[in-house]
Amino acid sequence: MYPSIESIEKALIKAIETAVVELPSDVREYLEKAYHKEEGLAKAILKSILDNVKVASEERTPLCQDTGLLSYYVRVGTKFPYIDHIYEILRNATIRATKEIPLRPNAVNVVNNVNSGDNTGYYVPIIDIELIPNSRSLEVIVMPKGGGSESPSISKVLTPAQGIKEAMRIVIKQIAMYAINSCPPIVVGIGIGGTFDCASQLARKALLRRLGRRSSIKEIAELEVTMLNLINELGIGVQGVGGRVTALDVHIEIAHRHPATLAMALCVSCWALRRAIMKVNEDGEIKISSYSGDTI
Amino acid sequence: MRIICTPIKDDDVLSLHVGDIVYLKGKIVTARDAAHRRALEYIKSGKKLPLDLRGMVIMHAGPVAMRRNGQWEIVAIGPTSSYRMEPYEGEFIKATGIKMIIGKGMMGNKTTKACSKYKAIYAIYPGGAAAIAKKNIVRVIDVKWLDLGIPEAMWILEVNNFGPLIVMIDAYGRNYYNEIMKHIMKHTNRIINKVDKEINL
Repeated sequence: MYPSIESIEKALIKAIETAVVELPSDVREYLEKAYHKEEGLAKAILKSILDNVKVASEERTPLCQDTGLLSYYVRVGTKFPYIDHIYEILRNATIRATKEIPLRPNAVNVVNNVNSGDNTGYYVPIIDIELIPNSRSLEVIVMPKGGGSESPSISKVLTPAQGIKEAMRIVIKQIAMYAINSCPPIVVGIGIGGTFDCASQLARKALLRRLGRRSSIKEIAELEVTMLNLINELGIGVQGVGGRVTALDVHIEIAHRHPATLAMALCVSCWALRRAIMKVNEDGEIKISSYSGDTI
Repeated sequence: MRIICTPIKDDDVLSLHVGDIVYLKGKIVTARDAAHRRALEYIKSGKKLPLDLRGMVIMHAGPVAMRRNGQWEIVAIGPTSSYRMEPYEGEFIKATGIKMIIGKGMMGNKTTKACSKYKAIYAIYPGGAAAIAKKNIVRVIDVKWLDLGIPEAMWILEVNNFGPLIVMIDAYGRNYYNEIMKHIMKHTNRIINKVDKEINL
C-alpha cells in the first residue's frame, strides 16, 4: 500500500532528526583525518569535536545547539501522488520537528525581530524543487545550516575580464577575514557563472557533494585542489587557533555565463556540515538515512 | 586536567595565560545579545540585576531547552559567536565583576582592555560541541529574563568538567586571536598573489 501523507511527514521529521543528530560519514572521516594531521590546541579541540559527534549520535541529541535554518533540496516525480501537497508536507514537518525533536526556533521576522517560534516564516524553510518526469518518487535532502558559518559567504557579479582568478582572490580574502568565527575547519562551496542568484544557489548546493569527490570537469577539479591548498596555507586552523587544516574540502559548481558577466558566490559551512535524506521509492517504500552525497 | 571552581578568584585569573586549557566546576550563567543589552540598561538606570555576578562565569550561548515534568532541561547548548557581544562586554565586566567569559571566535580591544583592568579572562569552548556540553551540565538551577525567549534568557546552570576551555584573552593584555589574525593577514597577500601563478583559468 502506498504510504499516507502522515507517514511521509513522519519520515521527514525522522530525517530532520537524523540530520541534526548524526554527522554524515564523509564529514566524520575528514575530521578524523584532520585530527591525525594536527597537534597542540587544534588537536585538543578536534578531540572534543569527535567526542561530541559520538555522544550526539549515541544519545540522539543535537550535535550543535544551532539547528540552523532548514533547507530542503527536493526531487519530486511529476506523478508523485501527493505532489499538490508537497509544500504543505515540508512546512508541517518543519513545525512538528521543531516541537518534537526539539529544534531551536531560528526564524526571525526582519521587520519586528519577532521569532516565529516554529522555524517557518516568509520563504522559510528554504525549498529547492526539481521535477523528475514520469516518476512517482520523492527525494528530500535536509540541510540544517547554522548561522555562524554564514559570515564569510558572499555573492558578486564580476566582469569576464576580472575572471575566475579575481573570484578566487575574493574567496581567499573572505575566508581570511571571517572564517575564524565560522567554526573551522570549514567546507567551502563556490558557484561560478549564471546570474548572481544562480551562482549563490550553486555555491550552497556544492556543500551537498561528498567530501573528497572532485568535479567531473577536469579544469574545475584541479581548481578545487589548488584552492584547498591555498586556503589551508592561511593557517587559521580548527576554531581559529592556528593549524594545518582550515578547510576540509572545496567544491566548485559552474553554470554558463552571460557574455557580459561572471557571477561568483561563496557559501561556507562550519565543520558541522549536517545532511540527511528521506526517499519515497516508485513503489512507495520509505527510506531515511544520513546523507554523504550518494542517493539511497 | 586543570579544573577551576566558581566563584573565581583573582589569583585563579592571574594564573591563566593565553593558550591554557581549563575545565570548569560550579555555576555558569548564559547571556547573549538581548541579555547584555538589558543588563546594561539596568546598570545605567541603577536597577538591580536579578542575580549577583561577582566572581561568576558568563557564557555566550543560546540553548535549546524544554520543560519536562515541571523541570527545565537543556537539550543542547554551545557557544555563539562572541564578536556580537563586543560592544557591551567591557562595560559588562566592569559593572558586574564577572571573572570569565566563555564563547567562540574573536573578541576585540574593549574586552581585552577590560580583562586586564578588572582581572578577567575570555576562553573559547569548541564551537558546535553541544552534545558534550549538555552532558557536563549537572542541572538547571534557575532561569531569569525568560521573557526574552529561551535562547536569549539567562540560564543559571550547575556544571562539572565543563570544557575544554581555551584561554584566548588573559588578564595580562594578550589577545591570542589578535596575534593569530596578524599572522593570517601577513600571509594573505602572499597567498592571494599565488592565485596568478597557480591558476590558469
